[in-house]
Amino acid sequence: MFSLILRRLGSVLLVMLVVAGLSFLIFNYLGDPVNNILGVNATIEEREELRRTLGLDQPSHIQFWHFLQRAVAGDFGISYRNRIPVIELILSRLPATVELVFCATIVALSIGIPMGVYCALRPKGLISRILQMISLVGISIPQFLIGMLLILIFSVELRWLSAFGRGEVVQLGWWSTGLLTHSGRMALIMPVITLAVFQISMIMRLVQGEMQEVMRADFIKFARARGLTDRSVHLRHALRNSLLPVVTVVGMQIGSLIAFAIVCEAVFQWPGLGLLILQAIEFADFPVMAAYLALVGFGFAMINLTVDMTYLFIDPRMRRK
Amino acid sequence: MHHAVRFCGKSVKGQIAGQGGAARMTPRNNALAVQDLSIVFDTRRGTVTAIEAVSFILGSGEVLGIVGESGAGKSLTGNALIGLLQAPGRISQGEIRLGGQRIDNVAADVQRRLRGKRIGAIFQDPLTSLDPLMTIGGQLVETIRTHLPLSAASARVRAMELLAEVGIADPGARFDQYPHQFSGGMRQRIVIALAIAAEPEVIIADEPTTALDVSIQAQILALLRGLARQRGTAIMLVTHDMGVIAEIADRVGVMYAGRLVEIGPVAEVLHSAHHPYTAGLMGLIPSLSRRVERLPQISGNMPRPGEWPGGCSFHPRCPKAGPRCTIEVPAPVAVSDSMVACHLFSGGTSVVSGDLPTKEAISTRETAS
Repeated sequence: MFSLILRRLGSVLLVMLVVAGLSFLIFNYLGDPVNNILGVNATIEEREELRRTLGLDQPSHIQFWHFLQRAVAGDFGISYRNRIPVIELILSRLPATVELVFCATIVALSIGIPMGVYCALRPKGLISRILQMISLVGISIPQFLIGMLLILIFSVELRWLSAFGRGEVVQLGWWSTGLLTHSGRMALIMPVITLAVFQISMIMRLVQGEMQEVMRADFIKFARARGLTDRSVHLRHALRNSLLPVVTVVGMQIGSLIAFAIVCEAVFQWPGLGLLILQAIEFADFPVMAAYLALVGFGFAMINLTVDMTYLFIDPRMRRK
Repeated sequence: MHHAVRFCGKSVKGQIAGQGGAARMTPRNNALAVQDLSIVFDTRRGTVTAIEAVSFILGSGEVLGIVGESGAGKSLTGNALIGLLQAPGRISQGEIRLGGQRIDNVAADVQRRLRGKRIGAIFQDPLTSLDPLMTIGGQLVETIRTHLPLSAASARVRAMELLAEVGIADPGARFDQYPHQFSGGMRQRIVIALAIAAEPEVIIADEPTTALDVSIQAQILALLRGLARQRGTAIMLVTHDMGVIAEIADRVGVMYAGRLVEIGPVAEVLHSAHHPYTAGLMGLIPSLSRRVERLPQISGNMPRPGEWPGGCSFHPRCPKAGPRCTIEVPAPVAVSDSMVACHLFSGGTSVVSGDLPTKEAISTRETAS
């Protein structure tokens, strides 16, 4: 088991190296950093001076090595647009997105799993059919539409919720949280719903499909033959055995939501990573894009590692060497 | 192997081969009585009969083998007995009594409490019968505590005893292991431990050794036989393996196309079968002393439910069939120590005047078509 974790860490390192390579390519070769920093009016001397200080006159592999060293220390250069260190920029935006995504995921799991279990146990019931229909809508309706509908109803018509921003936030060290203030929590409601609708539908369908499959397994029949209560057969045996694929998909979803909650953040002007990368692309802010790429790669690798560890926790068969 | 079997398989006298100890004489005591049991499936194209008017008695301490081809209704009967018939299948007629008390028409929750507590079950594939994500100890404790008012600690002690009883060495170390850490034979032992956790009077064993290799088969059969002899557990053993029947059963019932065509002491059925189907089956067992070019077979196939011919279902394949066999379903009659459902033993196969199709035969044909 220990060697398995080590092997996984090894592959995480490899992935990170590749991502860093891509990130380096963006940083150094997309556009001319010197031009980007000094503008077109600088003299040739100024350019040469900057080229030397940036280390751009050195061979590529040396530059990459320096890039890696700086990246590990968290130094991804200065944003062209905001003129502050990229890492500060990203860290200031990270909490907003992470809070949004985690709230949405918790909501999605706590609604989607029970719905899936219900539909798996009574696939032909009226409520199941209604839920399945709703989930089909939930999967096919685009995110921005949900967001705009919510704004139309709760902000424009009913005037209950604010249509943009995080509300008041509280600083806990470098982390800013909206969970501790009333306006912060209220501001979370609509974006969380917007993100969660798709996830609820997907988790529900996934759990239902998996669980119907597991319910046909011999050990479920044997669990019934042992006289266990329905509750125990369904939840302790059938559901647990259905959760592995759910863990995988939810992990991937968390990763891609943190990285690309762009649409939702744009609709609600949520000051998170999605909005940041949108602005970075708009202004060709390459250091931000490079750092973002590295960060997203790191995030995915970590999430995958967590998913693998969860497998080990759930399924004893995987603990074998 | 010598079978000293009395009428209706009351008990086997004398030494039990391979067990070492003397077999206990069990008093004649009906653990389970099945009367006129019929099972139908409600399908889009109407009701299809899968089991028809099956009756038998299972005595305490007795091993009753049920044999038949795939699709004859053996497992379906077993499922009905443990109350696990799956929709759209349902019991349309007849009753099942456990210790004199009807169990086929009771509430689902009452039935659930009987399962595992008074009727245990063992299924074919030990590799898939256990929850792969739970330790075997956890599954045992869970089963024990469902049926017996024991604390977690005493349930654990009992689980260890059960593991030792079914022949798992070092139960203490094995308790916290998962199913995949056991071999197939070991897993079947654990399945048996789970089935007997609450000391049920009856065990329905559905092909318990089919998935195991021959040497392990013998061990599992010895274990089951020990349960019947020492605890007085009544065991219904569903199988299609005559070798298994010969080795362990006291009595044997033969099913063909949803009907029990013959039931009697194992020696009688194996060596002097009455029903032409059973006789045919026994003739198929290859012998080491005879060399034949081609193994014998019964021509034709067993009809599937819904395609049963009128009268005796076996008549299209029966070498001794007469006109009566095509119109009237034979009722079981006592022949020697057995019960046989064949016109050969109830007045001949030719149509006697006045013996025109009975109402029952006609209605049977209608449901079958």
